[in-house]
Amino acid sequence: MGSLNIENVKKAFGPVEVLKGIDLEVNDGEFVVFVGPSGCGKSTLLRVIAGLEDSTSGRVVIDGQDVSVTPPAKRGIAMVFQTYALYPHLTVKNNMGLGLKQAGTPAAEIDRRIGIASSMLSLEPYLERRPAELSGGQRQRVAIGRAVVREPKLFLFDEPLSNLDAALRVNTRLEIAQLHRRLKATMIYVTHDQVEAMTLADKIVVLNAGRIEQIGGPMELYNSPANEFVAGFIGSPKMNFIDGAKLGETAKTVGVRPEHLTVDTTSGAWKGTVVHAEHLGADTNLYLDCEKAGLLTVRIFGVYNAEPGSTLYATPDPAKTYRFGADGRVIK
Amino acid sequence: MSTATHSLPRTIGAHAVLLTYTAIALFPVILVIMNSFKSRAGIFGAPLTPPTPKTFDLIGYTTVIGQGDFIHYFQNSLVVTVASLFFVLLFGAMAGFALSEYRFRGNTMMGLYLALGIMIPIRLGTVAILQLMVASGLVNTLTALILVYTAQGLPLAIFILSEFMKQVSDDLKNAGRIDGLSEYTIFFRLVLPLVRPSMATVAVFTMIPIWNDLWFPLILAPSEETKTVTLGAQLFLGQFVTNWNAILAALSLAILPVLILYVIFSRQLIRGITSGAVK
Repeated sequence: MGSLNIENVKKAFGPVEVLKGIDLEVNDGEFVVFVGPSGCGKSTLLRVIAGLEDSTSGRVVIDGQDVSVTPPAKRGIAMVFQTYALYPHLTVKNNMGLGLKQAGTPAAEIDRRIGIASSMLSLEPYLERRPAELSGGQRQRVAIGRAVVREPKLFLFDEPLSNLDAALRVNTRLEIAQLHRRLKATMIYVTHDQVEAMTLADKIVVLNAGRIEQIGGPMELYNSPANEFVAGFIGSPKMNFIDGAKLGETAKTVGVRPEHLTVDTTSGAWKGTVVHAEHLGADTNLYLDCEKAGLLTVRIFGVYNAEPGSTLYATPDPAKTYRFGADGRVIK
Repeated sequence: MSTATHSLPRTIGAHAVLLTYTAIALFPVILVIMNSFKSRAGIFGAPLTPPTPKTFDLIGYTTVIGQGDFIHYFQNSLVVTVASLFFVLLFGAMAGFALSEYRFRGNTMMGLYLALGIMIPIRLGTVAILQLMVASGLVNTLTALILVYTAQGLPLAIFILSEFMKQVSDDLKNAGRIDGLSEYTIFFRLVLPLVRPSMATVAVFTMIPIWNDLWFPLILAPSEETKTVTLGAQLFLGQFVTNWNAILAALSLAILPVLILYVIFSRQLIRGITSGAVK
């Protein structure tokens, strides 16, 4: 009951093309995350789906119905915003009920749905409060509750966790994941944080400069990125890119993830000097300046003691080394 | 006490400057109010002293209330000021919202055009305005004054309000759209309450010149029924004899309504219900 099809959607603000032809299919019940660097068009795409922006061309189809010219309120969607966007003059209860009231839902039904949503998000003690009397995390839960009561075909999240502090972010992320499991609703989630993308998504859409770079499951993107951009964007710390010519390879660029490099003090493929070491406890990030490969990041699980200035040899795992052609695409 | 952010000499210096300024600003007002309670001899004998039992006299006030229809003049001034203020705020806010919210061809040009009035004094157009009012039969009506003052106040109101409306969170307006609120509901229920402090600022800026204006009442509505307070006070200014008691009393009374309106608006300036709406 909540599929979404986007067909060749383009959006331009004056001469600036923000979306350059997006095609996307979202199945019922899927959790899809749009991820990409700032300015890649992910928020604009979400706004086009919501109907808050008109696309310059192309079609948006929700649940088999072309909604390209339908106003946002009639699209059967609900949206959660980065800045919460609660109505300051209304209580939590009225904030959640306003959309339904506008749609002419009977009061008893509104109360029932608010009851369900508020117990789901443990908001019952706050129903009579105004947004000003709530903390940031509570406000975002109210905003999520406001979306839940509408029982939409499609949930849209626009960077909902960006305004929360680190601890709350993890909690709310968990809540959103549980919500998705309980409601089995279709959700579209925009973020620039790849950790959120990897942890929440059934399907990740990586956007860059108004185009879709790759669509796939989190592990699919991690294990087989289609191109250099996706390879660099997914995974933290970032994948190491080495000029192919320096290694005597035919490929333009060779990519190795920091966690797929091993180090040894006596022998290995690339000799280098330790520039800096970051000790995170669970793992250690080493920055090596290699003669052949340039500056490399190496991620070692557990504690590894390496003094800056000492010499180490790094060796890539050949099965997990990626080669990219001149067009940036991966060479199989 | 000296702390990191306050030092005694600096505090004293700042207060000295502010107090001097306050004294300069208040001096004429106090002089008017003080002398309005004195007899004619008292005003001319010692204009700078407060009323003493010997010079205290309410003759000015009795003249004002007895002579001329001052209650009526007050009413006219109030009707004109409040009505103009209402229209300036309503249309100014609506235009500001349109300019800040909607993307349409010529948006920037329209904004500039609407702000042009800030730079060109409306009085330059007095003759044309008078001809217009004569042609439309609006001479000697309060409507004429309200129309002119609305036009006079709009440019600055639009300029200030559109800047403030740009700061209202887009997310909030979009949340309203998704919940099915009409653009009017979004404007009146979501945006207006959030820009209330700036509305109050505009109200104060707009109100005072209108209340104090002598020019347009004199030209457009000098009849007995439509006289405003400032025009009514001219009654006591003769070519040869001027009734200073009455003028000072009339002016003192004229301060009161603006003062009350100002107090109402300045409370709005301070109060902020916006906190908590958006981060």
